[in-house]
Amino acid sequence: METNSPTPPNTPLLELIDAAAFGVDAPQVVTVEGINWRVMAGDFWVVAGLPGSGKSDLLATAAGLQRPERGQHRMFGAETAELDEVELLRRRLKVGMVFEHGGRLFSHLTLAQNIALPLCYHQNRTEEGAGELVATMLGLIGLAAAADTLPGRLNRNARQRAALARALVLRPEILLLDNPLRGLDPRECRWWLDMLDRLAAGHPQLGGPPVTLVVATDNLRPWLDHGRQFGFLNQRGWTPLGDRAQVIGCEDPLVRDLLPG
Amino acid sequence: MRGLETFLETPMPRTYLNFVGRLLLTLLETVQGLGAFALITLGVVFTHSQVAPRLMRPIIRAQIFRAGVRLLPVVGFMGVALGLVIIGQTVSLLTSVGAQNYTGMVMVTVVVRELGPIAAALLVLTRVGAAIVIELGTARAQGEVEALEALGIDPIHYLVVPRVFGLAVASFALTMYLIIVAILSGYVFAFVQDVPLKPGDYFSQLAQALRWQDFALLAVKTVSFGSIIAVVCCYQGLAQRLRIEDVAAATIRAVMHSLVVCVLLDAVFIVIYIVM
Repeated sequence: METNSPTPPNTPLLELIDAAAFGVDAPQVVTVEGINWRVMAGDFWVVAGLPGSGKSDLLATAAGLQRPERGQHRMFGAETAELDEVELLRRRLKVGMVFEHGGRLFSHLTLAQNIALPLCYHQNRTEEGAGELVATMLGLIGLAAAADTLPGRLNRNARQRAALARALVLRPEILLLDNPLRGLDPRECRWWLDMLDRLAAGHPQLGGPPVTLVVATDNLRPWLDHGRQFGFLNQRGWTPLGDRAQVIGCEDPLVRDLLPG
Repeated sequence: MRGLETFLETPMPRTYLNFVGRLLLTLLETVQGLGAFALITLGVVFTHSQVAPRLMRPIIRAQIFRAGVRLLPVVGFMGVALGLVIIGQTVSLLTSVGAQNYTGMVMVTVVVRELGPIAAALLVLTRVGAAIVIELGTARAQGEVEALEALGIDPIHYLVVPRVFGLAVASFALTMYLIIVAILSGYVFAFVQDVPLKPGDYFSQLAQALRWQDFALLAVKTVSFGSIIAVVCCYQGLAQRLRIEDVAAATIRAVMHSLVVCVLLDAVFIVIYIVM
């Protein structure tokens, strides 16, 4: 399947217009309302909110994993409600997703098989056929030695990194990360921030164009020097904040709480 | 669908009539959900037949191996037990009243048509069906199914279809082995008991009692049993949002529902055999 047809310039990659998002775990409950949000190519969005404020629901809705309860959702310029299954899949494959809590790797597959699975499924490759790309990805995340290990035997750092590799292996244009630094030690956090900066600039080892990033977090502090656009979720609402200076200058008590230290 | 759910969750006075009504509605809901799930699976079998064959074929083979080949020893054991207990007894009983000529017919009716398929289905259900609910339920509870969807991989295609194929093929093949082992071990038991029945007579009676319809219906029946067990177990493991503590309850439901549906289908086949 062709997954890399380019998006026309100046088209928002993801766009939510007056949308409301369902809860991922409670499909009858609306958790975020009145979302007007545009993610343009080259953006590095940081979405802040307390736990339970609907960050994951917003990401899942933006990624097209669940339909908005109302309002419009566009992916790469097209209204998702009007797309057929094949077109929707084509667009969804340009959006990578890294889940929190160790990335939801498939527990019955080894690390290499986890990373190879999207390639095998969408490009009809055998495991050997995907081997070279998988080795590149494992090298990128520094886990080449753990290729044949099951995720359950690895620590959270390694699993979270493998989830990044699995999301990157189809070369997405935009990557959504749900609380990627949660529960990681400071050194591992630095690795992630470096890696995301490199991805945002176009990672030399991947040889691809810059990746647009959206990160959800409950702590804005580590992201201040990395993110380019900031926004936060509060009382079922989505508020864009602007750039770093506007975050620092913001008087909202919740934003102060999300910016400790 | 949401209307029915809301109604079932609404607190109402607990009368007997109310209890029966709720029971019926829950049953209706399960039947509806299962039917929809089975149809979706059937649809995916056709629409996704050309998707990623290099990935899917080994997975289907692995499922057949897991449900079929790895169950061979226990099916052999079960076949010997069935042969000794039922066939051995029947043959010696028929011989004692001088009715050896009916041995083949009894054998075909009891083992080929009825006991063989259902015994093999029960083995497949307990050994593989229960494992399917647990592995899929755990994957669901840990969010792996959402991760598949995020990667654009259809969970029905990747998780359900191989299991349906695996159990359908395995159920058919295991029933054949079970029947063969039971018929052979039954004769051995009769022989040990000094029943005056030559092997040639025994097998020619079997051959006369078997009709081509028996083979056709046996194939349809066993493949249906396997598919039903796979669909019910996958439905219970995948279709609802499970938490890790719900997996045990889902397993119990899957085993009971599979059993009930298989027995109901068996009843339909009894009618077909009688009409034939």
